[in-house]
Amino acid sequence: MDKFILGGVEFESRFIMGSGKFDPELISACVDEAKTQIVTLALRRVNKDKNESIIEFIPKNVTLLPNTSGARNADEAVRIARLSRELGCGDFVKIEVIKDSKYLFPDNYETIKATQILAKEGFKVLPYMYPDLNVARELAQAGAAAVMPLAAPIGSNKGLINREIIQILVDEIKLPIIVDAGLGRPSDACLAMEMGCAAVMVNTAIATSKDIRLMAMAFGEAVKAGRNAYLAGLGRVSAKADASSPLTGFLGETNA
Amino acid sequence: MRDRTDHMRYLPSQEVISHEIMDRILGERSNTDFTKFSSDDVLRAIGKENRNIDDFKALLSPAAAPFLEEMAQASKAIKERYFGKNIYLFTPLYIANHCDNHCVYCGFNVHNSIKRAQLDEDAIIKELENIAKSGLQELLILTGESQSKTPVSYIGRACELAKKYFNVVGVEIYPLNSDEYAFLHKCRVDYVTVFQETYNPVKYEKIHLEGNKRIFPYRLNAQERALKGGMRGVAFAALLGIDEWRSDALCTGLHAYLLQAKYPAAEISLSVPRLRPIINNAKINPKDVGERELLQVIMAYRMFLPFANITLSTRENAHFRDNAIRLGVTKVSAGVSVGIGEHGGKNQGDKGDGQFEISDSRDVVAMRASIKNAGLVPVMSDYIYV
Repeated sequence: MDKFILGGVEFESRFIMGSGKFDPELISACVDEAKTQIVTLALRRVNKDKNESIIEFIPKNVTLLPNTSGARNADEAVRIARLSRELGCGDFVKIEVIKDSKYLFPDNYETIKATQILAKEGFKVLPYMYPDLNVARELAQAGAAAVMPLAAPIGSNKGLINREIIQILVDEIKLPIIVDAGLGRPSDACLAMEMGCAAVMVNTAIATSKDIRLMAMAFGEAVKAGRNAYLAGLGRVSAKADASSPLTGFLGETNA
Repeated sequence: MRDRTDHMRYLPSQEVISHEIMDRILGERSNTDFTKFSSDDVLRAIGKENRNIDDFKALLSPAAAPFLEEMAQASKAIKERYFGKNIYLFTPLYIANHCDNHCVYCGFNVHNSIKRAQLDEDAIIKELENIAKSGLQELLILTGESQSKTPVSYIGRACELAKKYFNVVGVEIYPLNSDEYAFLHKCRVDYVTVFQETYNPVKYEKIHLEGNKRIFPYRLNAQERALKGGMRGVAFAALLGIDEWRSDALCTGLHAYLLQAKYPAAEISLSVPRLRPIINNAKINPKDVGERELLQVIMAYRMFLPFANITLSTRENAHFRDNAIRLGVTKVSAGVSVGIGEHGGKNQGDKGDGQFEISDSRDVVAMRASIKNAGLVPVMSDYIYV
């Protein structure tokens, strides 16, 4: 049985769902359709008022992946992560350090620093990063539980713009590579899984679709299809036709 | 009237910083002819993903007027990409209406005969308690512009108090030097709003007759000083209807664009106020800025600065606001009172008059319901403090 092991925990589903752009009331419905078992959660959206808090809409059997969005440096990310653990959100934390209000690209340097500190404190650290092999190695060295490169600018729905670099990360880094940000179509998610990524994360592509439930289902199925294709081993791509009855098959045959 | 002072010359107490952004804005302002844009320019701008300054001008030009629906479709998609379904809620709290300035369009102006008031600490706490009951978590503290009656120390104290009840606190007060902004930042203020009113220096001089506000460059560089003082966010606006609205919208958008480029971490907000009637002058109105023009400005801002918050106040009516949040606006006020001490605090008899008339008196409950009704999600705060 193919299991997705993240931070020592086993999951069936390789589809992680973002919750930042959802109507909270739709989250549980989407979890049902996409069969996702991990949902991200911006700690800054966790409301003190129980009735309003997004956390109340996430089913109890789903693993929360709190993120540090809003942090502009390693220090803030570390403090948000600690607060998240205090609030009972578990040991998983997705590091997001962003100090660019226009493109929202993660700051790799600060992300490495935060990962070093939090991994030592026993967190299961999932750093969101701008795809770069050297940075990925440093994150692995720092004790990250996975590496989460962005496929394209967040929210862009542009698909795997960074495909070649992400393939290198998959080939070179032993940790699970989880593609985060920019996937726009189920086929993008499928492709990422075919490439050998361990999981994908999607938010905007579903949130901005006309039928959220149906799109969630489509992504769930695409991730499964891509994973199965990866496990099966893709057939080689050939530029010319392969005759199924080779013309040279007669060689070595005995004359009847 | 005494001789009018040079509105381009700083007063001795005013901090001078680099003028590169102001020079660029004023240069673009004088070099732009909005009539030279064609419908092709507009359609090209709508179809692009990343729009440059020329595209922004095209979207503000008369040629864009027939394409409001196309702009609305694009704006809506951009807003959903950057903000999802979130609509932020806040309310303003006016703690004083004293003012040293003479601005001809403003109800607070020093020569307008209105009831003046200023809340003391107890009254501020009462107001904060009453507003907090609504569930709001973001507060914008406002004063008139009187350094003598409402010094920075008084405003800072009000902000410290506000932080006990609210997660996010902004100020909309007279412009300060960067060390004074740093002081307010220490009082845990998150963002600073300064309306330039108009970016036309000639017009500016004619309507800001007395007071520190008369100094055009000091006001224009306020946001940059605020960022130097450590503020997380800054908000910009031209008061639409004072001067040629296309030019003022262009300059406002450019101002935000250039400052974000210089300070990439700055959180950028834009407001789109139109002139409103004031006490003792019911005739003040936004002239040629009708709702169509206002919408064009909102959408041009959204398409040029997709990441920026756009705030729409209760100067506009409920119908317009309920629709604008679908296609560009990301932040609205609710439970608004522009008078002093009107949130049910003590000294009911001592209430001070408001700055202008409002058009949407809905409370937080009603506003939340309208947001949900539009298929959107009301958000009270997006900040976390650790």
